[in-house]
Amino acid sequence: MTKPIAISLAVNGEPVEALVRPRQHLADFLRDTLGLTGTHIGCEHGVCGACSVRLDGDVVRGCLVLAVQADGAQVETIEGASDSGELASLQHAFAARNALQCGYCTPGMLLNAAELLARNPSPSRDDIRQHLSGNYCRCTGYQAIVDAVEAAARAGAGGAP
Amino acid sequence: MKAPDFDYVRVRSLDEALAALAAHGEGARILAGGQSLVPALNLRLLAPEILVDIGGIADLSGIALADGTIRIGAMTRHADLERSPEIARHVPLLARAVREIGHPAIRNRGTIGGSLAHADPASELPACVLALEARIVARGPSGERTIAASDFFRGLYETALGPDEILVRIEIPAAAAGERFAFHELARRHGDYAMAGIAALARDTGAATLRIAYFGIGSRPMLAAGAAAALRDHGASEAGAAAAVRALGADLEPQSDLQASAALRMHLAGVLLRRALKDLFPDAAGGREEEIA
Ligand SMILES: Cc1cc2nc3c(=O)[nH]c(=O)nc-3n(C[C@H](O)[C@H](O)[C@H](O)COP(=O)(O)OP(=O)(O)OC[C@H]3O[C@@H](n4cnc5c(N)ncnc54)[C@H](O)[C@@H]3O)c2cc1C
Ligand code: FES
Ligand code: FES
Repeated sequence: MTKPIAISLAVNGEPVEALVRPRQHLADFLRDTLGLTGTHIGCEHGVCGACSVRLDGDVVRGCLVLAVQADGAQVETIEGASDSGELASLQHAFAARNALQCGYCTPGMLLNAAELLARNPSPSRDDIRQHLSGNYCRCTGYQAIVDAVEAAARAGAGGAP
Repeated sequence: MKAPDFDYVRVRSLDEALAALAAHGEGARILAGGQSLVPALNLRLLAPEILVDIGGIADLSGIALADGTIRIGAMTRHADLERSPEIARHVPLLARAVREIGHPAIRNRGTIGGSLAHADPASELPACVLALEARIVARGPSGERTIAASDFFRGLYETALGPDEILVRIEIPAAAAGERFAFHELARRHGDYAMAGIAALARDTGAATLRIAYFGIGSRPMLAAGAAAALRDHGASEAGAAAAVRALGADLEPQSDLQASAALRMHLAGVLLRRALKDLFPDAAGGREEEIA
């Protein structure tokens, strides 16, 4: 068995120090070591987007970043982004438009939608579909999600970090 | 699935990276953006002894223009290319192509060096560097060497890089006045790897300098030299386009897989060529688009 490696990073603004095995990916570290279970795990090979988190401000796949690679980084999960209030209007739009059913995909959808609105405050429906193309939803059929992001954009929801 | 056990080292310099590769031989793997390597580890397709993370080597990323050449560091991310004003201005083919790579979250991590070294035949950037006549610079134990893009891609996931070498940068001639490009790909959903794609570049307004590269067709990205020659001979007319499409039969070695049969790929290659010619030579009749049957 390989040697664990010491890492120190900030998660949702809080300093974290831990020993991690190199093979552990960031999504497992957040869930199993830190108990931040809002980051979900679907495919573990980059296709579903359920594991989305922010790494130094960029949305990335938590399953395709090793926890050791996050040494020295700022990580933000759905818990942090939700608690700060920055996602509130997207969250309201998702609820109002029935853009979630089981909710498994929702944390990833919200973080990716917020990234889109931060860059492009008035995206077309095509822009929204393209930006969320890497996030799978097995329940809603996507239409309601595109509606919700469009509604949040109209309401001026841009304004992720 | 979870990755097998491996060791990990984050190096701070190229010398340190080369030393780690030398010490561990075939058991070592370079980790760049991880967007191809980590899925392969999670699926247990690979079992390296140690990953050598080059993400901490600051001077491996960045885009610079000097003496008519654009130099792109290997660790420059797809997202950096997508947003770079230098790339938009001086290598517009790359700016266009990079938007088709996966999804935004993949582009936030994946790197140009990783994409070229990985050499997935369905990837966009390998075909682009072929069309662009790029030079790929690698560093090994005995120093740097430069490899022409046309000598770099050897086969399925196979390149001219040795196991003790690191791809350090890509050099591309900056776009000249009058230069035009075309880029098209056919994928089942946005962000999927292409079933078939084309990247074509003409350094001036005629067909004389035309280079046509395909991806997603065979086991490696390929230049369609016969098709380009047919267009040089016949001009960008309907006759030229028809001759070029016929020449693809000898240029390409299409493969069958779960996504598409070899025959479908060959047909799509012709469709893509006509679309590309329409972009490159909008006034010529040869650009007539053929419908996908
Ligand atoms: C869901 C999903 C969809 C994707 N869709 C596409 C797509 O449509 N088109 C596309 O082109 N790609 C796609 N990709 C792959 C993505 O572009 C990768 O970023 C790229 O293929 C590899 O770059 P990387 O930096 O992540 O390399 P890594 O994954 O870190 O490394 C890949 C390989 O290259 C080697 N390597 C990396 N850098 C160097 C170097 N500097 N010198 C020598 N060897 C090196 C590594 O050892 C490894 O073997 C997709 C990935 C995912 C997960
Ligand atoms: S679990 Fe990471 S993309 Fe599916
Ligand atoms: S709401 Fe169930 S997967 Fe999207």
